[in-house]
Amino acid sequence: MERMPKWADVVLIPLISLLLAAVISAIVILAIGEDPINAVQLMVKGALGSTYGWGYTLYYATNFMFTGLAVAVAFHARLFNIGGEGQAMLGGLGVALVCLYLPWPHWSLALIAAALGAGLFGAAWAFLPAILQAKRGSHIVITTIMFNFIAAAFLNYLLVGALKPRGAMDPSTARFPEATNLPSLHDILAPLGIGFSKAAPANIAFLVGVLACVLVWLLIWRTRLGYEIRAFGHSEPAALYAGISPTKITVVTMMISGALAGMMAINNVMGEAERLVLNATEGAGFIGIAVALMGRSHPFGVFLAAILFGFLYQGGAELSLWTNIPRELIIVIQALVILFTGALDNMVRLPLERMFMAFRRMGA
Amino acid sequence: MRQDDADGARQATAAPGSHLPAIELRGISKAFGPVQANKDISIRVMPGTIHGIIGENGAGKSTLMSILYGFYKADAGEIFIGGQKTAIPDSQAAIAAGIGMVFQHFKLVENFTVLENVILGAEDGRLLRPSLAKARAALKSLAEEYELNVDPDAVIEDIGVGQQQRVEILKALYRQADILILDEPTGVLTPPEADHLFRILRNLRAEGKTIILITHKLREIMEITDTVSVMRRGEMTATVKTAETSPEELAELMVGRKVLLRVEKTPAVPGKPVLEVEDLRVTDSSGVERLRGVSLNVRAGEVLGLAGVAGNGQSELLEVLGGMMQATGKVRVNGQPIDLSGPHADGQSRRNAGIAHVPEDRQRKGLIMDYAAWENSVFGYHRDPAIQRGPLMRNAAILDHAETQMQRFDVRPPNPRLAAKNFSGGNQQKVVLAREIERGPDLLLIGQPTRGVDIGAIEFIHQQIIALRDAGKAILLVSVELDEILALSDRIAVIFDGRIMGECAADTASTQELGLMMAGISSGKAA
Repeated sequence: MERMPKWADVVLIPLISLLLAAVISAIVILAIGEDPINAVQLMVKGALGSTYGWGYTLYYATNFMFTGLAVAVAFHARLFNIGGEGQAMLGGLGVALVCLYLPWPHWSLALIAAALGAGLFGAAWAFLPAILQAKRGSHIVITTIMFNFIAAAFLNYLLVGALKPRGAMDPSTARFPEATNLPSLHDILAPLGIGFSKAAPANIAFLVGVLACVLVWLLIWRTRLGYEIRAFGHSEPAALYAGISPTKITVVTMMISGALAGMMAINNVMGEAERLVLNATEGAGFIGIAVALMGRSHPFGVFLAAILFGFLYQGGAELSLWTNIPRELIIVIQALVILFTGALDNMVRLPLERMFMAFRRMGA
Repeated sequence: MRQDDADGARQATAAPGSHLPAIELRGISKAFGPVQANKDISIRVMPGTIHGIIGENGAGKSTLMSILYGFYKADAGEIFIGGQKTAIPDSQAAIAAGIGMVFQHFKLVENFTVLENVILGAEDGRLLRPSLAKARAALKSLAEEYELNVDPDAVIEDIGVGQQQRVEILKALYRQADILILDEPTGVLTPPEADHLFRILRNLRAEGKTIILITHKLREIMEITDTVSVMRRGEMTATVKTAETSPEELAELMVGRKVLLRVEKTPAVPGKPVLEVEDLRVTDSSGVERLRGVSLNVRAGEVLGLAGVAGNGQSELLEVLGGMMQATGKVRVNGQPIDLSGPHADGQSRRNAGIAHVPEDRQRKGLIMDYAAWENSVFGYHRDPAIQRGPLMRNAAILDHAETQMQRFDVRPPNPRLAAKNFSGGNQQKVVLAREIERGPDLLLIGQPTRGVDIGAIEFIHQQIIALRDAGKAILLVSVELDEILALSDRIAVIFDGRIMGECAADTASTQELGLMMAGISSGKAA
């Protein structure tokens, strides 16, 4: 029945796609007069060659894990949530309010409350487009994009006004109290006797992200809600037949998606900046779309894709630091990865399928 | 240019009345992985004849035709067109060889006109106007010749299915096809539309065209074909002259065992009313009243057949009763009122009230095609506490249960991990039926139970419906196939334009009387 073995579908195709993206990237680097081999070495060394590099790679990966999961969950209900960026911004606001205005005795309690706050704010920001889609048919792609702008403007307003400490010059909140500062990977690994860079921003939120991957997997493939979400995504008339309410599934799925995007804030706002700054999300909401596409909406795929994009981010930053290659080239490389793993999937898949069919025929 | 050359060559060798077969296949084999779809198939189709190919779903009919039309490449074997060995690597080559194909699912551009669809892919140049003018003239003469009348300027989405099919035939004829392959052409047609199609096919045969008709309906084979080939499990089991065979013999050749073409059943023993419907009204989103005060009842232990031409409100009735559509009026099940427009007008509440529903469109509604059979085996009943453990579903238990269920309902292959889309139509229907029947519902709503279902499965499905009746359950059967209504029902109601035209006992019903009511003419006896 299957055209090729599962391992080829899951491992071989993305690998070949990545290789193709790398080859084209190398050509582009050559074209601007730089040495691609040197560039790769710099990227690998910068992102994976030290615990400092790993610390940044994993920090970025954590952001992408949350936003990637957010997009992936919505994909299962055939909803395209482009609003991860705005939902993550609102998540940041949730974290900031929890950390600034409530007294916390220990970071662990603060983390739980902040995650809830971030999730709640993200979910609320996704709720409006969801209910508009479910009740009024306003397309969710359009509304979530617009809500990104509204979120940005809203945070702008708060950060130059109500949330800015009196007399401060930059648009950000006050520093969060010491008790809410999350342990970094250095703090976590030191008792185990593993040395990890003190300066890198990776923190315990990475583990929360991994946990989120596991929970999303359970949700989608093991729970009744996941069953209904996937059924709705495959066929709305069938969902209606089974007595699954399209309104309820649309709203609930989008709120879960929004909550996941919002929870990114425990990494970048609570774990790294330790205050809420302007444009804290730095486009991670959009990268989440690519991560979900590349990860085929599977939590494990999202995990791997998030690490890859974390590597590209950190490696790219190193590249622009040490060479004349501009930072924009990293966006080109990322775009190529998205192009080959997402859009041009069939270009690799079809020849490979044919090859496997031919092999099977020879074997038979 | 190429087409003209091929044309000349073909006429020289395959003129009507010649003794060379129009198409000859020799030793065609095709495997998909481990599945042998076609095994050493040889067949000769004489020019100017209608040749039927009959077989159950999955017997390899469509694969064979796809090879002939250049969609698949055969692993072995040769194709001769008009006595000449011909390679058909793609559909362009098939068209050049004079083969036209009318698919089961039409390949038309919905928002193009008939004329635009006809020239699509056969334009003469960069400018459309000359092609359109030429096609308009060609269509006019074809319409006169073969009763193939369609308004050339009508947009496809505005015309009926029967007419869309005529456009497909016109497309083939416009491309100079001498050999026409039709894949399950009557699956979507009403009886009058099917009659019209058969008239067209007879006209085409009279003009010397060769027609290959793929179907699983015995009646059609007997009615229209000259010769019939039977396929079973990828092999050609027999080719016989239609005049020298019988439906029973063909059914046996198809299935490989004796088949009961009639449903065996004892007289019904009706009990108390289970379903009572009073003055049910439905208005659709465009403001058209689809049900205009329907009243009927179904008692325990009987099958009420609802006859009618498709589109007269029977789909809406099923959807309202199944909780997929809101309505006004009164419905009681076992004496309990049913919520028709409030918060409990949904499929879950209906199931809790003891109503099971086998929907008309199993592929779009009754099943999630991408779900495995085991996941589909609880679809709609997935909130049953018995298959939950806390927030999780007991997948292993569901899988186990699905496996035994599939064996009991003879679903083939009995592999619960296979996605629904990989089963044949009949086996998909068995998955749905097993799910809906096994919880012992008080009322079963069943729409088009055997549409697109092969003959072996039809027998099985009919037996299951009668067994449920005999277990004292109420059954509301909706079908556009009058034969099926007559075979299964104890009472028959006829629906026309959203109203019940009349009711009669099945054993006293005459086809003529029912036909009149289906056309909206109320009979004297009608209640």
